[in-house]
Amino acid sequence: MSRPRFLCLGWVLLAASLCGAADLGWMKHISEADRGRTNPYTKQADAIAGGSRLFADHCAQCHGGDALGRGKKPSLRTKEVQQAADGEIFSLLKNGYLSKGMPSWSSLPEPSRWQIIAYVKSLGEQGTRQSARPQGSQK
Amino acid sequence: MKLISVLGLLTLLSLATAVAAQEWPYFVTYSHALEEPGNLEVAFKGVQTSPKDGSPFSSGTLELEYGATGWWTTELYLSGQHTSNDSTVFTGYRWENRFRPLLREHLINPVLYVEYENLNKADHSLLEIVGHDSISDLRLPNAATRSVTERELELKLILSSNVRGWNISENFISEKNLIEPEPWEFGYAFGVSRPLSLTAGSKNCFLCRENLSAGAEIYGGLGDMDSFGLEATSHYAGPTVAFNLPRGPTLTFSPSFGLNSNSVGMLYRFKVSYEFQQIFGHFHRGAK
Repeated sequence: MSRPRFLCLGWVLLAASLCGAADLGWMKHISEADRGRTNPYTKQADAIAGGSRLFADHCAQCHGGDALGRGKKPSLRTKEVQQAADGEIFSLLKNGYLSKGMPSWSSLPEPSRWQIIAYVKSLGEQGTRQSARPQGSQK
Repeated sequence: MKLISVLGLLTLLSLATAVAAQEWPYFVTYSHALEEPGNLEVAFKGVQTSPKDGSPFSSGTLELEYGATGWWTTELYLSGQHTSNDSTVFTGYRWENRFRPLLREHLINPVLYVEYENLNKADHSLLEIVGHDSISDLRLPNAATRSVTERELELKLILSSNVRGWNISENFISEKNLIEPEPWEFGYAFGVSRPLSLTAGSKNCFLCRENLSAGAEIYGGLGDMDSFGLEATSHYAGPTVAFNLPRGPTLTFSPSFGLNSNSVGMLYRFKVSYEFQQIFGHFHRGAK
């Protein structure tokens, strides 16, 4: 194998091993500052409606249109999610959980992420799959 | 021209069952945003220009980008070009991989980029500028260049930040010819952009600020290992704008201005991209 090709293979293996080694539980690494953040859009109908549109565009593909999960992708209407602090969910959206397939949504502006959280929280807890609409949803 | 048309048509046909991707409006610069795991983005990226003392050409690249995991995106490029009063040629392929070594968001987020290129010298896709690339490379007839194949390794260090709705991305590019004993070549790209609205409105809308993002890009060569620097290479800069059609494709456009005599006066760049969601989603783990 020529030196440049060996170098290429080495880069790929190095990058893959670095990434694979860093499997972290997302809840363990939330800073107190993030955990304490509050959602400026809580219970605001217009913001929740905007959040429902963002959810449909970016989240429903994995978590389902009703947020009850799809396949191996988790429900967002469990007690753990619905009772999590807004700041904790915000941290998850910002950082993702890349080793488990949850992408980072840091490319969405912060206010948009808060809108999504307001929408998800507006859905409430539910254990069985059925359609759900938030207050103020335009869908 | 037929090849370009076919590639464009394939892309347009693929628009039937997909949705718009969330992406920054860059053509050369990469940010740390990777493809979502299980999603396949199909894009057609074109560049049209008329180099001084050369024939006008249009180049098209079909991109297939797949999110393999949350930290790894892989992409295949197929390129071709049509030169007026000359011919239409398929110029080759690229296989690219991007890795995020740090799994959490930081002020500056690095991404490692590794690409294998198998392109002939007729390639005019201008997806990056490295070494001493210049306008003279774009004046050569296809008959003289299409038979010369270059196999190259391209490495990039991508540094990117999302701050208050803005994205700021810097790329350092290095490229090595795997066949000829040529020195490493270098290049750079820098981009900054922002959505025109940071929140989503309560109602669906078409031509509204939340569907638009705008920014600027500057990119060019940095010479090679033997003669590093900004001289004897080309540089471009220009504004860029993207329009996310609701439940539709993302359209991106940028006029890039040549900044020195080694550059083409103006490049017109456009891109149509579409994302197929969860193509192989059942292979991916869920975050519990």
